[in-house]
Amino acid sequence: MIQTAAMICLGIGILFNTLGVIGILRFPDVYTRLHAETKMTTFGTIFLALGVIIYAGWMLSGTNDSQYLTLAIHTAIAVIALAFTNATGSHAIARAAHRSGQLPDPSVVDRLAEVKSRD
Amino acid sequence: MNDIFFIAIAVLGLLILFAALRLAIGPTAPDRVVALDTINTLVVGGMILLAVYLGQTIFVDVAIVYALLSFLGTIAISKYIGGEL
Amino acid sequence: MIRLLATAIAAFVAYLFLTAGSGTIILWSESELIIGCILAIIVGIASYRIFCRTGSVRMANPIRLILLPVYAIIPLFIEMARANIDVAIRVITGNVKPGIVRVNTGMKTDLGMLLLANSITLTPGTLSVEIDDATKQLYVHLINVPDELRDKKVVEARELFSFFNIPGWIRRIAE
Repeated sequence: MIQTAAMICLGIGILFNTLGVIGILRFPDVYTRLHAETKMTTFGTIFLALGVIIYAGWMLSGTNDSQYLTLAIHTAIAVIALAFTNATGSHAIARAAHRSGQLPDPSVVDRLAEVKSRD
Repeated sequence: MNDIFFIAIAVLGLLILFAALRLAIGPTAPDRVVALDTINTLVVGGMILLAVYLGQTIFVDVAIVYALLSFLGTIAISKYIGGEL
Repeated sequence: MIRLLATAIAAFVAYLFLTAGSGTIILWSESELIIGCILAIIVGIASYRIFCRTGSVRMANPIRLILLPVYAIIPLFIEMARANIDVAIRVITGNVKPGIVRVNTGMKTDLGMLLLANSITLTPGTLSVEIDDATKQLYVHLINVPDELRDKKVVEARELFSFFNIPGWIRRIAE
C-alpha cells in the first residue's frame, strides 16, 4: 500500500520532468522555455522527493534504523533549497535575457520594453 | 522496489541527454543557461534517488551542496549575460 | 546584539535539522549539540550583518513562522499543481500567447517582494522578469495573456491567481 503510494509519486515526478524537458525543446523563445523549466522540473522533483520521503518513512517504521530518518529530513531540506533557488535563478535568467536585448518573440503585449524605450 | 528506483534514475539520465541537446543547439546564450539549469535540477533529483538505490545517505548531502552551488553558477552566468559584471 | 542572537539561533536550528537522528538526547548526541553551539556562534558573528540587514526581528514572531509552512503546503501547492497542469497542456498542444504585463504588488518590505516574486514564478503561467524598486512594481511574463489583462496599463497582483488570495497571505506573513 505505502509502496504503491511511493511508486505513484515517483511516476508523477518522472512524468512532469519529462514534460518539462519536452517543453524546453518545443517552446519558441527563452521566456516560454523558462516557464516549462522552472515550474515543471521543480514540481517533478518535489514529487520525486515525496516518493523518497514516503519510502524512507515506510523503511523507518519497519527497521527502526535512524539512517532513514536522516534520509527523509535531508531530502526535505534539499527540495526546499531547490524550490527557492530555482525560482530565484529563473528570475535572474529572465532579467538577464531582457537586458541582453532579447524580446519575447511571439508576444501580444510588452510593457517592460515600452518603459525601457521611453527612458 | 529497488528496480523502480533504478528505472527512474535511467529515465532521468535520458532526460539529461535531451536537455543537453538544447544546451548544444540553443540559438542564444540565455537558452543555454535555461538548459543548464534544467540539467542541474535533474541531477539533484537523480542524486536523491541514487542515495536510496545505493543505500548511501551521504549522497543527499552532496545533492544539497550541489543545488546551492549550481544556483550560484546560474546567478553568476546571468549577471554576466545581463552585463552587470 | 539582537541581530547576532537571531542569526545564531537560525544557524543552530539549521544545524539541528541537518544532524537529526545522531544520538539519544531526543534525537541528537551530546557532541553534535556542543559543536553545533560553537559553530552557530561563529556563523552568527560572521554573517549577522547580511542575515538581518535592517535590524527588524518581525520574522521571529512565532505566528508568522507557523504560517509560512502552512502557506507553502496549502495555497501555494494547490496553485502550483493547477499551474503545472496548465503548462503541461500547453507543452502538448503548443498553444501559447505570451506577453509581459506590469503588476502592482502593494508590498512594503523587501522580504514581501521576494516571497511574492518567487510565488509568482512558481504559480499559474507567470514568471517575474524585472523589479521596479521605487514603485514596488513587478514586470511579469505571462504564458497566456487573457484578453481583459491585455489592455490594462497596471494589473493588480490579485488578478493573477485563481483560487487563493496569495498577496493577502504574503502580507500576513511578511508585513
